[in-house]
Amino acid sequence: MSVLTRNTRLTVEYADDLRLFRSRPAQTGAVLLVAIWLALPMLLGDYWATVFVYAGIASIGAIGLNLLTGFTGQVSMGHAVFYGIGAYGAAIFADRWGLPFPLWLIAAASVGGVVGGLAGPFALRLRGNYLVIISLGLLVIGQHLFENWTSVTGGLTGTAVRAKVAIGSLDVAALSLGGVRLSRNQGYLYFVWAMVALLGLAAHNIARSRPGRALQAIRDRDLAAEVIGVSQVHYKVGAFVLSSGYAACAGALYASYARYVSPLDFSLFLSIQFIAMIVVGGIGRIYGSILGAVFLTTLPRVIESVSGSLPFVSADGTGGGLTVQSLNQALFGVLTVTFLLFEPLGLAEMWRRVTRYFKSWPFSY
Amino acid sequence: MTDFAQYLLAGLALGSVYSLICLAFVVVYRATGVVNFSQGGLVVFGAYATYQLIAWRVPFVLAVALAALVTAAVGMLIERLVLRRLVGQPVFASILITLGVLFVLEQLCTTLWGYNLRILGDPWGVRTLALAGVTIKVVDLWTIAASAAALIGFFLGFRYSRLGIAMRAAASDPEAALAHGVSPQMIQGIAWGMAGILAVVAGVFIASGSRGVDLTVSAVALRAFPAAILGGLDSTEGAVAGGLIVGLVEVMSAAYLTPNAPWLGSNVHVVIPYILMIAVMLVRPYGLFGTAEVRRA
Repeated sequence: MSVLTRNTRLTVEYADDLRLFRSRPAQTGAVLLVAIWLALPMLLGDYWATVFVYAGIASIGAIGLNLLTGFTGQVSMGHAVFYGIGAYGAAIFADRWGLPFPLWLIAAASVGGVVGGLAGPFALRLRGNYLVIISLGLLVIGQHLFENWTSVTGGLTGTAVRAKVAIGSLDVAALSLGGVRLSRNQGYLYFVWAMVALLGLAAHNIARSRPGRALQAIRDRDLAAEVIGVSQVHYKVGAFVLSSGYAACAGALYASYARYVSPLDFSLFLSIQFIAMIVVGGIGRIYGSILGAVFLTTLPRVIESVSGSLPFVSADGTGGGLTVQSLNQALFGVLTVTFLLFEPLGLAEMWRRVTRYFKSWPFSY
Repeated sequence: MTDFAQYLLAGLALGSVYSLICLAFVVVYRATGVVNFSQGGLVVFGAYATYQLIAWRVPFVLAVALAALVTAAVGMLIERLVLRRLVGQPVFASILITLGVLFVLEQLCTTLWGYNLRILGDPWGVRTLALAGVTIKVVDLWTIAASAAALIGFFLGFRYSRLGIAMRAAASDPEAALAHGVSPQMIQGIAWGMAGILAVVAGVFIASGSRGVDLTVSAVALRAFPAAILGGLDSTEGAVAGGLIVGLVEVMSAAYLTPNAPWLGSNVHVVIPYILMIAVMLVRPYGLFGTAEVRRA
C-alpha cells in the first residue's frame, strides 16, 4: 500500500484516471508554468512579447483544431474562415454594437461555432479526402465573402478594430502591477496566456471525459461507435461547433490585439499553419497543440533575426537570393515533411520520451 | 453569338488544362490513395524548366519533352523519398506532407528563377485567328488539340498497354496484382512520374502566350481540385468531364454572371466551381463518376 501511495503514477482506480494532475511532478510542473506565466512578460522585450501574444492566440486556434482533427478525426482546411469570422465578429460586436468585453468575445465565438455547426452536416455525408477538399471549398467561399461583403467586412481595405479587453476601469492594455505600469504587449501577454490556460483546461476536460471518449470512438471507427450508442450526428456536429468556436475566439483575440483585420489575414496558408501546428506539436494531445503553436510562431521570428547573417537571404529579394518569407515557407514545408516522416506524434511524443526516461530511471523501460 | 462561341472555346481550352491536372490527381490517387496537393508545384516547376530550356535555345517541342522527363524524375523522386515512407498513415498526414512538398517545390523555383515574371517563349505567343467573325487565340486551339491528344494517349495506354493494365490491376487489387508480378512500389513511382509529365503539358499551356511563368501558375492546380472532386477522385473519365465542366463554368460565369450581378463580387468565377462542387457532393458524395466506397464496421 505504501508503494501505491508513494508512487502516484500507478493507476489503481477510476478516480486516478480522472485526476487532472496525476503525479507530484505534474503538480510541480503546473506551479512552474504559473510562475513562468507571471515572470515572462517582465523578462521579454516588447518585440518578443508581441511574438508570444501571437503564439498564445495561435495556441487557442490549434487546440480547437486538435479537438476536431486529433480527437474526432475530421480534417478541416477551413479553419482560417472561422478564425476570420471571430475577428470580424469582434469588430462588429465590440465596435458597432458597443458590447462590453466578455460579451463581444463570447458573441464572436458563438457566431463562429454556429457557422461551424453548419459545416457539420458535410462531415456526416463525406469522409477523408473528400471532406478535406469540401472544407477547402468552404475556405474559398468564406474568403470571397470576406473580400466582397463590404458592408460587414470592409472588403479588401480591411477594418479597424477597437475591441477593448477591459472590465470597468481594469484595462488589459493599461495594467499596472505594484505601481509599475505595464505596456500594452505585457498586458495582453498575461491575458492571452490566461485564456490559453482556461480554454486548454476546458479542452483537456472535454477530452478526458465522456464526450471526449465518444469523439475518439468516432475517430477510431465511426460505424462501430454508432453501434455502441455514440450518436454521430450529435458528436460530429458538436465537434465542429466546439472547434470553430475555439478558432473564432482566437480570431476575436487576434482582432482585438492587432486592431486591424483584412481578408488577406485569413488565407489558405493560415489553415495549413493550424494543421501544421497540431502535427508538429502532437496530434491528439492538448499540450501538444500549444507546443506546436509556440514552435511554429516563434521559428519564423528567430529566422528573421538571424537572416542578416545568412548569405543566401536578402530582405526584399531584389539582390538575388530568397526573401525571409520565402525561406520561412520552404522551412515550413521541410519541417512538416520531416515531422510527419520521423516523428509523426510530434513534439509531445518527444516530451513523453524524456519524461518516461526519468520516470523509469534507473531502468530503461 | 460570336461572343458565346469565343467564350465556349476559351472555356474548353481552360477546361482541357484542368482535365490534364485532374488526370494527374486521379493517376496518383488510384495508385497510392494520396490526394496530391503538390501537383501545383510540379506544374510550376515544369513550366519553369521549359522556359529555361527554351532560353538555352532548345527547340520548343524538344524543350517540352526534356522538361517532361526532368519533371517526371522530380515526381518519382518525391514518391521515393517522401511518400513511400508514409504507407499506413492517416489522411491528414498524406495531405499535409504533399502540402509541405508543395511549399518546398515553390520555393525551389523562386531560388532558381527569382520572383520576376518570365515569358515562356512558346511559338504561338499572342497570335489570333479570325474564323467566321470569331477571334480565336491560336494557343487555345493548340491547348485543346494537344490536351485531347495527351488524354487519348493516356486512355489508350491505360486500356491496352502492359503498363496500363498493370496500373489498373494494382489499383483494383494490390495483393492480386503482386501475386501476378506487378510491383506496387514501381507502379506508385510511375504514377508520380506520369503526374510530372501531365504537369509539364498543363504548365506549358497555362504559361504560354501573354501569361508568362511565375509562382501563381501553381495556384491553377488548386483551382483544378473542384474539377477532380466533381468528376470523382478515382475516375479517369470523371477527370476529363470534371475538368471541362469546371473550365466552361468558370469562363461562362466570368463572362455573363459578373457583368449582370456585380454585387456577387468581381472574382466570383473563382468561387462558382467550388459552389458547384459542394452542391454535387451533397447529392453524389463520390462525384459524378467516382465509385462509392464500401465500408464495414
